[in-house]
Amino acid sequence: MPRPAQPWLVRVTHWANLVLFTIMAGSGLRILVAYPLLGPRGEPYEWYPLQGARPPAALTVGGWLAGARHWHFAFAWLFVANALVYAAYLFASGEWRRRLFLPRRDARNAWGTLLHDLRLREEAPAPVGLYNGMQRLAYTGVLATAPLLVLSGLAMYKPVQLPRLTALLGGYDAARAIHLLALAALALFTAVHVIQVLLHPRTLADMTVGRDERPEERA
Amino acid sequence: MTGSTRRRFLATGVRATALLGLGGLACDSDRPHAGFLGLMERVNERFQRATFDPSRLAPELPPEDESPPDAFPAYRISKRIPLAPAGWALAVGGLVARPLTLSLADLRRLPQTRTRVRHHCVEGWSAVASWDGVRLSELARLAGVDPRARYVEFRSFDSGYWSSWDLASALHPQTILALAMNGTPLGPEHGAPVRLYSAVKLGYKMVKYLTAVSFLPVRTGGYWEDQGYEWFAGV
Repeated sequence: MPRPAQPWLVRVTHWANLVLFTIMAGSGLRILVAYPLLGPRGEPYEWYPLQGARPPAALTVGGWLAGARHWHFAFAWLFVANALVYAAYLFASGEWRRRLFLPRRDARNAWGTLLHDLRLREEAPAPVGLYNGMQRLAYTGVLATAPLLVLSGLAMYKPVQLPRLTALLGGYDAARAIHLLALAALALFTAVHVIQVLLHPRTLADMTVGRDERPEERA
Repeated sequence: MTGSTRRRFLATGVRATALLGLGGLACDSDRPHAGFLGLMERVNERFQRATFDPSRLAPELPPEDESPPDAFPAYRISKRIPLAPAGWALAVGGLVARPLTLSLADLRRLPQTRTRVRHHCVEGWSAVASWDGVRLSELARLAGVDPRARYVEFRSFDSGYWSSWDLASALHPQTILALAMNGTPLGPEHGAPVRLYSAVKLGYKMVKYLTAVSFLPVRTGGYWEDQGYEWFAGV
């Protein structure tokens, strides 16, 4: 029996994640507005180029610091719950095999796709099953970054009650920097992701109404 | 894709959208204690109480971790730095067997303790200073707190700035009434003559320019808390 290219649980959690991630990112940026520097007081990190730069209001959610904190801590649970549903399905269904980056299968293909996208090679390697290697690398990177985002957030929320986690991440201020860098990485992914979807609109239909996989997509 | 899975998917999508829409409508940034945001604040308070361990100490830091001079911010709500009124004394009352009125000299005679921990501000910054003073648990013992007291309210002469705490956080060994900062008597910008200091709360819970400490059976609010900031605010 043919599988759907994007099973319904993947589609539901994908679109729920879009809403929840937007709320988390927007409220997080509004919290950053209150103190737009990284590093402890009097010792700002030298490597951070945007010290003191406030995120634009159009990107923020929550209106003011207390509002944004309430949004952030209210939706954090839903954001994590949705991600856990997705992750549980990914492993329980075996979907991880055709979605996650497996170096032996995908490394050469990812490299070839990258060269093609950079206009350094004419031929694009054919996708292996559902995705090409570069897609698998990007999606797996997102799944690896997400726990870092959540754990650094928890460390900032409870630096005293979760001392081992906070120490593991290098302390409160380091956790705060990791939290922002993880957001920046996911924002970069999202920008590339949206461009790729615009270039390949069929994938948007797959992720919305669904479609059975084509024979050549079977890994 | 079969018709039934498509129907199921669309139904789930409609339901999820409706729920998120209702959730969004119930989120008012200007009234964060109400609606869905308020409900989740109460959920988060339970989570915070569950993770709070009254015997867990925040790491005591070495002197070299202290923030550079003048880098430790000093916030207040009065336009001018509030100065202690003549004859200032701290009132300890509420549900206690022995209400106390303590002068600065009285407080200095009580057992002193030093704590040097990271300070976490609601705005996101952190800083470090050392604080000398009297444990609030020592004061509670002296006053004989009634078992019915579950909360502690702190009042100040900074234009009525105040806050209230859960009793467990107030009795934590690293919650003190600070008389000195970085080894010198508390300056007027940092809350002289006495301020509340703690390792287990965000900065806005640590009332400066103290006038009264009251042990209460009911929970009250606070200057920032009444405007929408979270009441528990543990770290």
